[in-house]
Amino acid sequence: MDTEAIREYLPRFAEAFLLTVRIGWMGIGLSLVIGIAGAFILHYRVPVLKGLTKGYIELFRNTPLLVQLFFIYFGLPKLGVMISPEVCGFVGLGLLGGSYMAESFRSGLEAVPGIQSESALSLGMNRRQIFFYVVLPQAFAVSSPSVVANVIFLLKETSVFSAISLMDLMFTAKDLIGLYYRTTECLTLLVVFYVIMLLPVSIVGRVLEKKVRSGYSHG
Amino acid sequence: MDKRELLSAEHVYKYFDGTPILQDINLKIKSGEVVVIIGPSGCGKSTLLRCLNGLEKIAEGKIELDGDMVDPASKEICRLRERIGMVFQSYELFPHKTILDNITLAPIKVQKRKRTEAEEEALKLLERIGLSAHKDKRPSQLSGGQKQRVAIARALIMHPELLLLDEITAALDPEMVREVLEVVLDLAKEGRTMLIVTHEMAFARAVADRIIFMDEGRIIEEGTPERIFEAPETERLQRFLDNMSF
Repeated sequence: MDTEAIREYLPRFAEAFLLTVRIGWMGIGLSLVIGIAGAFILHYRVPVLKGLTKGYIELFRNTPLLVQLFFIYFGLPKLGVMISPEVCGFVGLGLLGGSYMAESFRSGLEAVPGIQSESALSLGMNRRQIFFYVVLPQAFAVSSPSVVANVIFLLKETSVFSAISLMDLMFTAKDLIGLYYRTTECLTLLVVFYVIMLLPVSIVGRVLEKKVRSGYSHG
Repeated sequence: MDKRELLSAEHVYKYFDGTPILQDINLKIKSGEVVVIIGPSGCGKSTLLRCLNGLEKIAEGKIELDGDMVDPASKEICRLRERIGMVFQSYELFPHKTILDNITLAPIKVQKRKRTEAEEEALKLLERIGLSAHKDKRPSQLSGGQKQRVAIARALIMHPELLLLDEITAALDPEMVREVLEVVLDLAKEGRTMLIVTHEMAFARAVADRIIFMDEGRIIEEGTPERIFEAPETERLQRFLDNMSF
């Protein structure tokens, strides 16, 4: 292992790391918004939208992210919508993640007993207040383990961003290997940066799960 | 004491999948009155309570709170429910909130009261039910009896005109029943209007101004506790009371 080379590549990897983290988390943010909206539509059986949401979820859960990104990146310009690789990565990840998050939140919503809403109703709360103050926080708690699993999955999925020429970690590693053939060094850096990106999430996830298990029995 | 009529239900009918649950229920509750409903399981007493604050839609009849129609489909229903407190058998505290936040959530969000003011009143209520030390705990850290007392405080902070108690001791371990019923007795003494469904006959007798006996969705008998327990007029009530005593 050539430490000199590692030191030399480090700035490029660090830059790629920041880009990956930024687009990854933006995509996750979008996926949470889509997921909550989708779960709401499914749980409360909103007419018309329910069918569309189901179709969306099945479509995005059963196609690879790479294919979805190609559709967005190469397909949209044909329809006259120009889109940068960054926006494409963000939107693509958000749409894929949204389909997974919707299912996670839906099962969380279903775990909240209906009588919780009734007790909130009896206190004079309206439907919106009940959803945001009573049902959603409990649904979050129940679904948090699977949401964390989704977050980890999505962060790992960012590795296909290189296919649409986003200079993420994977792209950088491949690029440097192609230029200098320092395969071992580049792959080591790649692993290290992915672990740096994901390990904190895993740890936070485990703490969350413990907290959820201890404090949330009903009554 | 003001003795105006607070709640009235006239000719109320309710069905579940075609099966009659409530049949021709007529009920009037005066301000300050404590009315207890007794009756066998499945006689419709809990359903009646749920209809009175609009959690269930009635098929026929009319329910009014101080002249305002209780109708789950109307826009005013949230305002009405605010005026009717309800405590459930299974407590239904919000598990993600502390005891204090459980009590202050509705006054802050629904009545738009200031947090400091709501918390001040919540602390007074907690002191009254002897749970001040638990204000920062989660519901899962409390016993059933403690949770049920918090549920009562959560209803009281809304200053309801009427309090509905739906078998509030039915899920409790026997040694916790007393601490909850004492709170209710205390409320009765200060002149709260309450409609109580219970299986605790001794408690019913102690707290009620009037007792209603229901069976198969109908009101069979009603009268003072003495009249109901000492001199039941119908065979059904006689049989029910015989079954309840050991």
